[in-house]
Amino acid sequence: MSLKIIADLCTGCSACEPECPNEAISEKKNLFIIDPDKCTECEGDYDTPQCVAVCPVDHCILPLAA
Amino acid sequence: MQSAAASYVSLDALKSNRNALAEPVEAPAHAGCGTSGGEGKASCGTSDGPDDMPADVWNKVKNHPCYSEEAHHHYARMHVAVAPACNIQCNYCNRKYDCSNESRPGVVSQKLTPEQAVKKVVAVASEIPQMTVLGIAGPGDSLASPKKTFETFRMLQEQAPDIKLCLSTNGLALPALVDEICKYNIDHVTITINMVDPEVGAKIYPWIFWDHRRVTGVEAATILHQQQMLGLEMLTARGVLTKINSVLIPGINDEHLIEVNREVKKRGAFLHNIMPLISEAEHGTVFGLTGQRGPTAQELKAVQDACMGGANLMRHCRQCRADAVGLLGEDRSEEFTLDKIEEMEVVYDLDRRRSYQDRVEAERQAQHAAKVEALAATQDAGAADGIKVLVAVATTGGGRVNQHFGHADEFQIFEVSAGEALFVGHRRVDLFCQGGYGEDEKLPSIVTAINDCHAVLVSKIGACPRDELKTAGIEPVDNYVDEFIEKAALSWFADYTGRVARGETVHQARGDASIRQGAFTAAA
Ligand code: SF4
Ligand code: SF4
Ligand code: SF4
Repeated sequence: MSLKIIADLCTGCSACEPECPNEAISEKKNLFIIDPDKCTECEGDYDTPQCVAVCPVDHCILPLAA
Repeated sequence: MQSAAASYVSLDALKSNRNALAEPVEAPAHAGCGTSGGEGKASCGTSDGPDDMPADVWNKVKNHPCYSEEAHHHYARMHVAVAPACNIQCNYCNRKYDCSNESRPGVVSQKLTPEQAVKKVVAVASEIPQMTVLGIAGPGDSLASPKKTFETFRMLQEQAPDIKLCLSTNGLALPALVDEICKYNIDHVTITINMVDPEVGAKIYPWIFWDHRRVTGVEAATILHQQQMLGLEMLTARGVLTKINSVLIPGINDEHLIEVNREVKKRGAFLHNIMPLISEAEHGTVFGLTGQRGPTAQELKAVQDACMGGANLMRHCRQCRADAVGLLGEDRSEEFTLDKIEEMEVVYDLDRRRSYQDRVEAERQAQHAAKVEALAATQDAGAADGIKVLVAVATTGGGRVNQHFGHADEFQIFEVSAGEALFVGHRRVDLFCQGGYGEDEKLPSIVTAINDCHAVLVSKIGACPRDELKTAGIEPVDNYVDEFIEKAALSWFADYTGRVARGETVHQARGDASIRQGAFTAAA
């Protein structure tokens, strides 16, 4: 159960990084990636995935399976 | 002052709503958070500061290119792009680019870590002694990445203590961080406030990120509005200078900005800067895509005029890039890219900077004195009954008419009436010249840009453009070379009204002019 960041859409703005309750998001060369082992889709912490709520680009963060 | 209360949230409502964030604050008063000095020194006659400004305020702003029209010509500011994240979405912003509150869309800054940013600032400051102000204005919101912003300020304060610090924000996170701001001794804060009515705000802000969720519509605008007003009041209560930026969006907040002006003034804002929406489809902003247009020069001026007497209006903002380096209007950031800075040998020489700044200050005083003298001599020259016109001036600086028409990238616009020549803004023309360099090619676009002016004052002008300007009804004037601008404008005005009185010239109203679109980046 994890989300992923679509690299082509990510602007590298970093807004998502500090919002993650599990420190699952990190920066790699101006792009941000989600560690699937750490991401819980925010379940248990918040109603909605924090990274999705703060990300300025629509459809930039999607379920890993999709 | 309590009129028009229907559409905005009252002070009390603000305090009770969000008291979890911060202790309630007193209404606007100069309490000071340790940074302001010289309290009670009411004398204003000592310097060239405006008469209506307390001495301590003037001391804070006199070297700040954003706040002081005088300093704007002699001192430089710089922004570093350390804050890419944002916590709201504006319809005039495409976050692929820099925050359009402070900078223009379509220009991407080089993102810097706080360490890199400090290195860059110190390098630039050593190279350019007139660099006196460091701002963080994005590319997102400076307070949405508070760690990066304050880390930069902290390190800089250690390494270059004479540099003044400022930041810009949309205000959402401001109340929670006001105490932090005071800690770092930052005494200039810019807040972008486009509305005081959430109904209006809902048309400008599609969403905000607040309390761990995405909030939309009027609810979002209400929260943003409350945070902005509360943040402004808290800064005022702590003696921090505040500048308000408003983006004029025709059909959405044009008239409403007069109310914004009243509200922010009431809460102690020091300056109110009304700037035009810059909206082009290729910027990919919501407004760009929906065809929302920016204001014309006349529309902008009408709102600015209506706000005169409110918070001091700033008319010389050029909406420069968030990482621009150099004197306002001149972009030297290419000289200071990261690779180049790595190679520079930087010695931060505080004494050298001080002595340079002393020299500039002396020169500025002299120039100001000369201007006052020149003006006094001209006062009684004209006796025009109620005529008020705009003139465009080509100048390379120093407050004089000293530039060739064909070399001007921009014109300064002055509003002239009997006994007064008032600077009202800049008009850029270089962007209209896309291809060739000839005067002839860019001429029609220059005419469009200054079409609301009766005359253009230059040091020299070619025969062709002279004729074309005349045909368009704009008088080319080249007989006040090297005169102080105000004096030249008043002298021309006296001559003009004389001709009108004698029936040699018919006084006619001018049309509107268009505001330049696009980023202000000097040709390399
Ligand atoms: S969904 Fe939640 S846990 Fe997963 S990366 Fe986003 S913020 Fe972190
Ligand atoms: S918030 Fe979105 S655009 Fe910004 S870094 Fe995260 S994924 Fe990329
Ligand atoms: S954007 Fe405006 S306020 Fe900011 S530095 Fe430039 S001129 Fe000053």
